[in-house]
Amino acid sequence: MWDNTIVKMLLEGTGATLYMTLVSTLFGYVLGLPMGIVLAITDKEGIKPNTFIYKILDFIANIVRSIPFLILLILVIPLTKAIVGKSYGSSATIVPLVIAAAPFIARMVESSLKEVDKGVIEAAQSMGAGTFTIIWKVLLTEARTSLLVGVTIAIGTILGYSAMAGTVGGGGLGDIAVRYGYHRYQTDIMIVTIIILVVLAQILQGLGMMFSKKLDRRHV
Amino acid sequence: MKEKEKLLEIKHLHKDYGNGPVLKDVSLNVHKGEVVVIIGPSGCGKSTLLRCINGLEQIQSGKILLDGEVITENKTKWSEVRQKIGMVFQSYDLFPHMTVTDNILLGPTKVQGRDKKEAEAEAERILERIGLLDKKNAFPRQLSGGQKQRVAIVRALIMKPEIMLFDEVTAALDPEMVREVLDVMLELAKSGSTMMIVTHEMQFARAVADRIVFLDGGEILETDTPEKFFTRPKTDRAKRFLNTFSFHMERERGGKAI
Ligand SMILES: Nc1ncnc2c1ncn2[C@@H]1O[C@H](COP(=O)(O)OP(=O)(O)O)[C@@H](O)[C@H]1O
Ligand SMILES: [Mg+2]
Repeated sequence: MWDNTIVKMLLEGTGATLYMTLVSTLFGYVLGLPMGIVLAITDKEGIKPNTFIYKILDFIANIVRSIPFLILLILVIPLTKAIVGKSYGSSATIVPLVIAAAPFIARMVESSLKEVDKGVIEAAQSMGAGTFTIIWKVLLTEARTSLLVGVTIAIGTILGYSAMAGTVGGGGLGDIAVRYGYHRYQTDIMIVTIIILVVLAQILQGLGMMFSKKLDRRHV
Repeated sequence: MKEKEKLLEIKHLHKDYGNGPVLKDVSLNVHKGEVVVIIGPSGCGKSTLLRCINGLEQIQSGKILLDGEVITENKTKWSEVRQKIGMVFQSYDLFPHMTVTDNILLGPTKVQGRDKKEAEAEAERILERIGLLDKKNAFPRQLSGGQKQRVAIVRALIMKPEIMLFDEVTAALDPEMVREVLDVMLELAKSGSTMMIVTHEMQFARAVADRIVFLDGGEILETDTPEKFFTRPKTDRAKRFLNTFSFHMERERGGKAI
């Protein structure tokens, strides 16, 4: 049906999409996890209330989240160039993806940690556990199911964003879909890329949910 | 018989959550080895009093001393103070994602920095004594309420606190499980532990207490030996409060007479 170049291109596109998605999720968590933890503990109901820090992070998270991703993509081009050396291609797309994902991840982490039963936190406090122990041993441990559901959602969202980045030369499957499907009217290639995207999303989602169920000890 | 060394001193404690006073000028001393039982109607401030003692609540005025040192100051190192104050809650509050052993070992290993092997051996000794050794690898959801609460007691106990606070620890339990938990506490009392117990189990209170403190409307209305308090309460409010419990017994007696 198709020659080898197209199959090869689709395979490379899938690889590039996976690369962008997973690396961006990873760095998204490098930034978003600490930010979410700080948001959760500095909240007035948290274990280290601090209105000043909370308000600042809250503000940053809200601002970044309210910028549409396509605009953000263009806004951060100077930063992307400074970090990656160019403003197009898969690696360059990671920069805006991380910036867009981090506050969103932080919010999910924050809400996961806030779900942890207050009584359990107080039990740890009443034993004299310090902030670090409570974060590590109680908050992150008890919220891990919810955190993993969050990772799954983050991967799905970033996958979607990465495809969107394709419209402006971001590389990966989104790029292919736009170049062949939109500019050259090769609908068949576009449909295949969409199917691959959907299958990827399903697989990643399924894996995430499986892990989070495995780690849940609260129910029989 | 019991040493008269003051372990805990509460002086003119006032507590307010922002909508009226909850504790009003509460003063109370607890001596080493003493068992003080706090009783009083729901909402009178019993939990609040215990929570103030280990710093889970901020106080408005007054002070609390542990071993002669003021612990209600800004510079209080709560992590250190709380290691000396064990607390057990009504809702057990075991860590759901940890096994019984891990629940018990968190304090000694992560907070006190004790050797894991040594702490584990001690945990097993205590679990054995209260008949729960076979549950050491179980998760909280696999335990009954009574078992959970006994594990929670062990978790507090292994820190070797100077005083233990119990806040209605049997209130959430099915009646047939109340006894197993109270027995552990009676055992502790016999072994000379210093305890402050909030409970609605009046017979237990009478059996375990060296002193009964009757709290109502945020004030201490009476402090007395259990014998005196339960047979000859001084205030009307205490009489009325005790009547709500004796009603049940009178009916039983009435039943027998027929
Ligand atoms: N976190 C809180 N915020 C506001 N009010 C509270 C809080 N905790 C307790 N209270 C109020 O303080 C009073 C005493 O409560 P509590 O100490 O729990 O009583 P008890 O344990 O004797 O039933 C009650 O009127 C209760 O509504
Ligand atoms: Mg209470």
